[in-house]
Amino acid sequence: MSSVEDKEVWPEIVLRILKANDVSLIAYVPDNVLSPLIRLLHADPYFTVVVPSREEEVIGIVAGAYMGGRRGIALMQTSGFATIANALASLACPFQIPVVMMISERGTLGEFQQGQAMVCRTMRPVLQSLGIEHFAIQETAHVEFVVDKMIRQAFSTQAPAAVILSPLLTKRPH
Amino acid sequence: MSKTEDKTGRDGVKVMNRSALTRRLVARLNAEEAVVAGIGNTNFDLWASGQRPQNFYMLGTMGLATSIALGVSLAQPDRKIFALDGDGSILMQLGSLGTVATTAPKNLAVIIWDNGLYQITGSQKTLTSSSVDLVAMAKAAGIAQGEWARDEEHFDALVDKALNGDGPWFIGVRIDGEKAAGTTERDPVKIRLNFMQGLGVGT
Repeated sequence: MSSVEDKEVWPEIVLRILKANDVSLIAYVPDNVLSPLIRLLHADPYFTVVVPSREEEVIGIVAGAYMGGRRGIALMQTSGFATIANALASLACPFQIPVVMMISERGTLGEFQQGQAMVCRTMRPVLQSLGIEHFAIQETAHVEFVVDKMIRQAFSTQAPAAVILSPLLTKRPH
Repeated sequence: MSKTEDKTGRDGVKVMNRSALTRRLVARLNAEEAVVAGIGNTNFDLWASGQRPQNFYMLGTMGLATSIALGVSLAQPDRKIFALDGDGSILMQLGSLGTVATTAPKNLAVIIWDNGLYQITGSQKTLTSSSVDLVAMAKAAGIAQGEWARDEEHFDALVDKALNGDGPWFIGVRIDGEKAAGTTERDPVKIRLNFMQGLGVGT
């Protein structure tokens, strides 16, 4: 890896990989950890960015866009993921719609709010029980490979997928 | 104007029939318009009106018809998109009205069939049967072009406006509690593939 690429931080890598995979629609409910990525996406005219009021809407918008021929991604926090089990189980999964999610993981590795810690524990059981492919990225060096392959697999197999951003990636000094 | 004198609010308009109006809507479509129909009687009546390939029938995710239709509209800005949903459904996602207003898709119209009932679960009352006016809510959310359909002819006129002018549009329709005219075939992947082919999207 060149010295220029070494300086690229995770939000910049994600933006580059989204473009490389023709993912041009962004729908999100804000999160502090995601905010550097959100700023970059808003600043880049390649992306259409929609900011609904609930994560369920986000899933509906990304699913609808896919059926219309446009690739999108849903950005949310762990607690937001906890509100979309029904949307995944009755829309994305049975209709086989590749809703790609990027979830910033809160509630572990230094959480200070008990509710956040508890809701975080529901995320993987829900993903597993729905059979949704998921992977938690812990290293900057893994961002490009994991995001790219997760997106490619989702669209190749018509299946939703969850890219989890671990605090090891987003909070730990690299 | 007092509430009793207002002939354009929810209390002042004619109570019509969803099956009949769904057929009226479909009859006015040119061919290529997409229609996304929410769960239960809304998509049963769309199914019964003829299985256009540009129709999408939801089998769950109550409340998300407008959001799914918004996604389609962002993918295909040159195609007109209609979202059909019930009052009980849209009450679950009132924030989506603000999302539509802020995103401002010119090609999207939302039609809400409002009978004040959770009809499919035993006709329990929804909030619109007491205090909620969904057209007023849509307008307050920022969808300026929102109206109650006063009667069948006015419904036709509102649909024509949505077909020929820039949206987004919100059309509220008072309906009765009659059963739907059919039942949708429940095969999710088949529904999606037919819809995508209808929209000219290769999978």
